[in-house]
Amino acid sequence: MKQVNFPLFATFCQKFGAQVQSMHSERDDETYLFINNSDIRDIAEYLRGEFEARLVTVFAEDRCSTDGVFFNYYVFEQNDNPQYLIVRAPVSADDPRFPSLSAELPAVNWQEREIQDWFGLTATGHPNPRRVALHDNWPDVHPLRKDFPVDTVLAPFEGERHIYRPALGEGVFQVPVGPVHAGTIEPGHFSFAVAGEPILYLQLRMFYTHKGTEKLFERLPIHKAVFLAESVSGDSSFSHGTAFCQAIERAAEIQLPLRALIMRTILLELERICNHVADIGAIANDVGFVVANAHATRLKEMLFANNEQLAGNRLLRGMVCVGGIRRAWRAWQVDSLCDTVKAFAREFQDLVALINSSESTRDRLDHTGILKPKIAKDLGIVGVAGRASGIDLDVRRDHPYAAYRQYPFQVPVYQAGDVWHRMQVRIDEVKESLSIITRATDQDLNGEFRISVPPIPRNRCALSAVEGWRGEIIHWIRTGADNRLERCKIKDPSLNNWPAVVEAVQGNIIADFPVINKSFNLSYSGTDR
Amino acid sequence: MFKILQKAISTGIVTTAYPSKPVKISEHFRGRPSFDFEKWQDARPAEDVCPTGAISFCDDGDSRKVTVDYGLCVFCGLCAEASADQAVRITQEFELATADRRNLVLTAEYTLNADGTHRRLRALHRDFSNPAADVERVGQTAREKIQKLLGRSLAIREVDAGSCNGCELEIIALNNPIYDIERFGIHFVASPRHADMLLVTGPVTRNMEFALLKTYRAMPEPRLVVAVGACGISGGIFGANYASLGAVDKVLPVDVYIPGCPPRPQALLQGILLAVGRLRETRYDERP
Repeated sequence: MKQVNFPLFATFCQKFGAQVQSMHSERDDETYLFINNSDIRDIAEYLRGEFEARLVTVFAEDRCSTDGVFFNYYVFEQNDNPQYLIVRAPVSADDPRFPSLSAELPAVNWQEREIQDWFGLTATGHPNPRRVALHDNWPDVHPLRKDFPVDTVLAPFEGERHIYRPALGEGVFQVPVGPVHAGTIEPGHFSFAVAGEPILYLQLRMFYTHKGTEKLFERLPIHKAVFLAESVSGDSSFSHGTAFCQAIERAAEIQLPLRALIMRTILLELERICNHVADIGAIANDVGFVVANAHATRLKEMLFANNEQLAGNRLLRGMVCVGGIRRAWRAWQVDSLCDTVKAFAREFQDLVALINSSESTRDRLDHTGILKPKIAKDLGIVGVAGRASGIDLDVRRDHPYAAYRQYPFQVPVYQAGDVWHRMQVRIDEVKESLSIITRATDQDLNGEFRISVPPIPRNRCALSAVEGWRGEIIHWIRTGADNRLERCKIKDPSLNNWPAVVEAVQGNIIADFPVINKSFNLSYSGTDR
Repeated sequence: MFKILQKAISTGIVTTAYPSKPVKISEHFRGRPSFDFEKWQDARPAEDVCPTGAISFCDDGDSRKVTVDYGLCVFCGLCAEASADQAVRITQEFELATADRRNLVLTAEYTLNADGTHRRLRALHRDFSNPAADVERVGQTAREKIQKLLGRSLAIREVDAGSCNGCELEIIALNNPIYDIERFGIHFVASPRHADMLLVTGPVTRNMEFALLKTYRAMPEPRLVVAVGACGISGGIFGANYASLGAVDKVLPVDVYIPGCPPRPQALLQGILLAVGRLRETRYDERP
């Protein structure tokens, strides 16, 4: 732990006086500011106003047994600054309350309520303090507190799961959908209020797939926890796995060999392409262009076969490990990867041309499900959905990891924020990803790909960020004894982006909901954990 | 229109011939880990690395009972890497679906050396079910009824009971032109009221328990239940915890189990066809 003399620290001390305790850098791009009470409102406002900082995520940690308090962590980032500033604010165990930021910052609405549900800390002044992460029929438990055993068996639940705002007015109907949907998708409940065909508003009920993931991380030894990270969201297996391993490597100060970094970059980009091409097809499918989807799924299958060749698993599971990559590629595997990428690039061009040739597809997607840039900014939308609505964020460029520094690329940003442009972002990104992979495979992939990992020192904190195909993935860990973790916080981009779906569907006809939802394609499992 | 046709013609037929012809998969694919129990000198390193506890052992005096449960396996391949004696090998086998959960479990009994390694294989058990003795099982009768009633067609309702969405990706792939499940007269339907089979993924979260039961109850009889993936069979890496029940068969009677994490589309196809009696179970054997 380095105590650094930040010019910023002096400013903070001057401005906030005794509230500021200390400031230190865990590593070059990760600075912690400790304050001595739970009220971060002024500091947050100052950071947002003065530095135009963005609040990336908020989460809590139970440190009652060691420090006698809970801690809330607020992660900030600033444009053009690779550094993350993490403000740590204690919340007393005797008076477990902290002032809410949600009224000014709707982006943390769900995240603060998650802290309420999981840790039993009250976000005072929260405009909508109802439960989010545990349904209403759960007993009064706080599973992420340390005194709550992970294998507790709760009695059968009774009562209402959630009370929805009623749909009132003449000719207004409520259309309940889910948690079991018509298609093969994940579970969640949507309650639409409709007046004729247009949607007045949508209420969401998520967390149907909550399976205790963050708590489970505290039980598994680190090498096994990698597989749990890969199961946070199946379609982002490699991104979540990488984010997790990166966090451990940062905590243990392990420097990876270049070859491992390049291989990770290639695999991350492959995951992005697989999902993007599938989404492009699925969006076309949802407006009736079935042929385009048939080609897109064929292309995805081509990549999945290639994934299997490279990683032994179609979802690229079991490839990333703490200390690098589990197995190297032989020359013929790299050659076959290059061939696949070339063939894919050709086919992808055809697919895009096919979609562009269909006037009716464009007609259905243009101006459908608009998410306005202003709303996207207020809600803290990230990733593909953010970039289609003017939010110029990309972890790969803003906080480079793996080998991304070596491969400059364009980040597509559009202002229109409709389904067409969310598809357009994906099309542009596939092209950039193909170029990154081509450049990466042009290099000599020689040397070490995995280094031996010493025992992980305890009580180290680390933040790790990865731009998954959906957007910004954050893992934050505190290491514990016996090669285990004290806490692992996971933020999937889906958690940020669900409120965007609510905004985007308003005023659209209910028949367009599937395609709008698909254009975001959020992970329920990643949200619910 | 012309462009669409041109592209279709130039692409040609891409559908796989599986299961009428064996599938060609990468030699790197990690399928079922195979155990040479006779040669296996120490199960401890494999047990130590196994993320889900698919390999476990229990020592009693000078004997050790090793259990391998393919229902828990996530096919990571770590057991083979950790076992220095080369007794664990990763194969490309993926046709592991079975109508009986016990068929996924192997046990071996060893005499122990003083240093904790194995000396001698005493016995090897494979809890093969005897289908003839199981005729009273609900699943069996349902299967027969369905075959009689529907002949060769089947309507499937899929329910995600808390999966990571990995299984969903592969289930959706069954509808793509490569696997094209409709060529078997099998299709996915929107309502459980139209379904003959419930295809369930995930460890069954407490929040999905009720919805899963309701979906099942909404199905007309006879009906089949297929548990998909390590999570559906055993809870997988999530197991049972405060938020997860840790297996589909804790809530519903399961007719067929399809191991995998996730099972590849061909494995899903095999399990589904097995459930309606259109394929036989593949029996792998571990010969000492």
